[in-house]
Amino acid sequence: MKHRYLPMTEQDKNEMLSTIGVESIDELFADIPEKVRFNGLYNIKEAKSESALLKELSQLATKNKNTESNVSFLGAGIYNHYKPIIVDHVISRSEFYTAYTPYQPEISQGELQAIFEFQTMIAELTGMDLANSSMYDGGTSLAEAGMLAAGHTRRKKILVSDAIHPEYRDVVTTYAYGQSIEIVNVPTKDGVTDIEALKGLIDDQTAAVMVQYPNFFGQIEDIKTIGEIAHEAKGLFVVSSNPLALGVLTPPGKLGADITVGDAQVFGIPESFGGPYCGYFATTTKLMRKVPGRLVGETVDQEGRRGYVLTLQAREQHIRREKATSNICSNQALLALAASVAMTALGKQGVQEMAKQNIVKTRYAKNAFEAAGFTVPFQGAHFNEIVVKTNQSVTELNKKLIEKGIIGGFDLGRVYPELENHALIAVTELRTKEEIDQLVAEMGAYNA
Amino acid sequence: MHNENQPLIFELSKDGRVGYSLPELDVQDFDLAELLPEGYVRENEAELPEVSELDIMRHYTALSRRNHGVDSGFYPLGSCTMKYNPKINENVARMSGFANVHPLQDESTVQGAMELLYELQTSLVEITGMDEVTLQPAAGAHGEWTALMMIRAFHEANGEGHRNKVIVPDSAHGTNPASAAVAGFETITVKSNENGLVDLEDLRRVVGEDTAALMLTNPNTLGLFEENILEMADIIHSVGGKVYYDGANLNAVMSKARPGDMGFDCVHLNLHKTFTGPHGGGGPGSGPVGVKADLIPFLPKPVLVKLEDGTFHFDYNRPQSIGRVKPYYGNFGINVRAYTYIRTMGPDGLKAVTEYAVLNANYMMRRLEPYFDLPYNRHCKHEFVLSGRRQKKLGVRTLDIAKRLLDFGYHPPTIYFPLNVEEGMMIEPTETESKETLDAFCDALIQIAKETEENPSIVQEAPHTTVISRLDETRAARQPVLRYQKEEALV
Repeated sequence: MKHRYLPMTEQDKNEMLSTIGVESIDELFADIPEKVRFNGLYNIKEAKSESALLKELSQLATKNKNTESNVSFLGAGIYNHYKPIIVDHVISRSEFYTAYTPYQPEISQGELQAIFEFQTMIAELTGMDLANSSMYDGGTSLAEAGMLAAGHTRRKKILVSDAIHPEYRDVVTTYAYGQSIEIVNVPTKDGVTDIEALKGLIDDQTAAVMVQYPNFFGQIEDIKTIGEIAHEAKGLFVVSSNPLALGVLTPPGKLGADITVGDAQVFGIPESFGGPYCGYFATTTKLMRKVPGRLVGETVDQEGRRGYVLTLQAREQHIRREKATSNICSNQALLALAASVAMTALGKQGVQEMAKQNIVKTRYAKNAFEAAGFTVPFQGAHFNEIVVKTNQSVTELNKKLIEKGIIGGFDLGRVYPELENHALIAVTELRTKEEIDQLVAEMGAYNA
Repeated sequence: MHNENQPLIFELSKDGRVGYSLPELDVQDFDLAELLPEGYVRENEAELPEVSELDIMRHYTALSRRNHGVDSGFYPLGSCTMKYNPKINENVARMSGFANVHPLQDESTVQGAMELLYELQTSLVEITGMDEVTLQPAAGAHGEWTALMMIRAFHEANGEGHRNKVIVPDSAHGTNPASAAVAGFETITVKSNENGLVDLEDLRRVVGEDTAALMLTNPNTLGLFEENILEMADIIHSVGGKVYYDGANLNAVMSKARPGDMGFDCVHLNLHKTFTGPHGGGGPGSGPVGVKADLIPFLPKPVLVKLEDGTFHFDYNRPQSIGRVKPYYGNFGINVRAYTYIRTMGPDGLKAVTEYAVLNANYMMRRLEPYFDLPYNRHCKHEFVLSGRRQKKLGVRTLDIAKRLLDFGYHPPTIYFPLNVEEGMMIEPTETESKETLDAFCDALIQIAKETEENPSIVQEAPHTTVISRLDETRAARQPVLRYQKEEALV
């Protein structure tokens, strides 16, 4: 058959068969037992030409409401942010996206250096000593932090704040089951982790305390106090953090975190219906040799020139097999590159300006909702999300908002029964005053 | 390529430069101290670089020139399936209706995305011969662990929670035992025989009432088809265990043999390999898992289903599910690329893919056989493993051969793997390479074999043409420098 991805001609094929010493390609499959051989063709759709396929898939894409032509107030872990145009130009360079893990450093210095820079930027933002080359996403990164903590402390209990992203908690629970780690939920009070309840639950079997900062409701947790409680019990303190917020918030590394994880989706990565995103994993020098995944380190070549290599590989599955610190192999290198470009474009000033805009615009929205008669139950400091009480189902409300070109907030009642008829509204730097006013007006109209 | 050091982006930074364009603030401004609690306003700024947009483009363009991808040249990295990454995939994944869709939008607003995922699931069910597929796992290793967690849940549901052993061949990828450990299992290694296949006697010896599963790659990491697969599956099933298919090498058997017909109970696929993900410099991947009927109740939540009215729905009502393995529904962007690829190839195309992948590997193996040791001399599938034993006796290691290949503009094969071949070189050409490329690469390896005999130092001291020479990996590990720090901070 002729296909643009398959260069062999009939003549090539015949010459090659002759070199191999067989008559047909079929002979090369003779070792597949007759009983298991698949004869014929897969029952899947026929191939389409380039233009016809583009047309078909573009029609499928058009069936979705996107956050570009609609105005989105949906966050809950994944946000609609400013994406510097250059991000896509850089990650579209095929020297990056058609390479694999940099096993041969002499011809992979570009990727290795880019990752080294990523590690540095994440360490800077989180205030931690070091960061790895990326994880699948924020949720699995948090689960890996839990396994590291259990292994390091030789304890089998993890306290998990209810104000952590519910899907992250679900992932942590699944991993914990495999490792026979007990998960204990720490309740919230006024939208933040209930510190008195935490004190009652922690004990000498606690491997780690996990909180989110800013938490799932957008609130700023008192992580300094929570970290002290974790450390008094000799457990590790694990913080899941939106790295954009750390542009203006005191970083977890300065407030006692032993491990800081999260997702760098906020830096130049599209929402993409759930992935791929870019988990990060940052920790202290003390825990360096227990970090999951790839680490890039600086060294020199035979002529003394600076260069970069994958390092401390004795932790990893391809060397240690069942004794590895994690089973992770592929990571999110291309997304780490994307996040690096966005962090570089924002730079020292931009990351602060963008983070601050999120807080200030969310404050504007909070005031506007309250002025319109809405209740905002959690009154603590917030980053870019607030909880707004409605007098009807948020899911039903959102169906009306989409008709006005608005993607409404997350329906908290889906995962927190006590917060039925509460919307989690995200306001990023991209939302204008006019858009916020429109949201408040439309929600007010339906609420009436 | 350039030979001078490429500065780090931090070394290009200058106070006051910007590379961003944020929206104007159109609401009342506040001092952060008014809005944040005391002690929570960041005092020391994060030291991110301050550079212009052109600085950034030049920096990353320079880095890209110090990197080798499939588009740069041949990349026969065994077990990684470094085939051409179609450009249409990239365009489709960037369509606004796919790229700019939030995973928590109301289902009625994302039916197109769900339909694509459902169609991909359905295609993968057919390709693997399984009964159901989940697209949630993020990568191959993640899929391995997901499937093992399901096997664990299955045994526990049958009151057989004592089954705590997972059997893995000595030729297996390192993720297999590591995934088994993360899922809470102990690993038992089963030996390969003199033909490079699993030793059935040894397998019979290690199975028992504590057997949870056998993990198997077929063709195995030597590129050889496990001919006794049905017998192996019988051995495991007869003691109540499950048989797990590591789909890393699916490129070798598409339209030739399906895991579901070979007796496997579950399978993971690496969509970034066989289905042109792309590889992204190390990721992202996508690692769907397919299962037979009796494992369906244990699939991770949510399960994507098609309702009677033709709409698509995420089903969370799965009481026996192992739970969630990843936030949201998997690496959607990679799944879009994989689906685009499947639709680009169609049934005839996927069959041709495997046939040419296997033809290419066998052709190279026969061209190289006179010059290197071939530990297992029989038709291979999509890859083959040579041994550098002969060259080692002359003082040239497989590592040296790999480094010398860099001088010819090639990415070397996977080396020192699988572990059961001395000085191994695992070569996987893939179907997208032309005969001219295969010939030129074989010529280079043959020349290196001759250099090994006549002038070994040119091989031992390679590479000679790259931007840097061999790096001091011991120093990197002994005195780890994992981040940049400003000079003045290094006191």
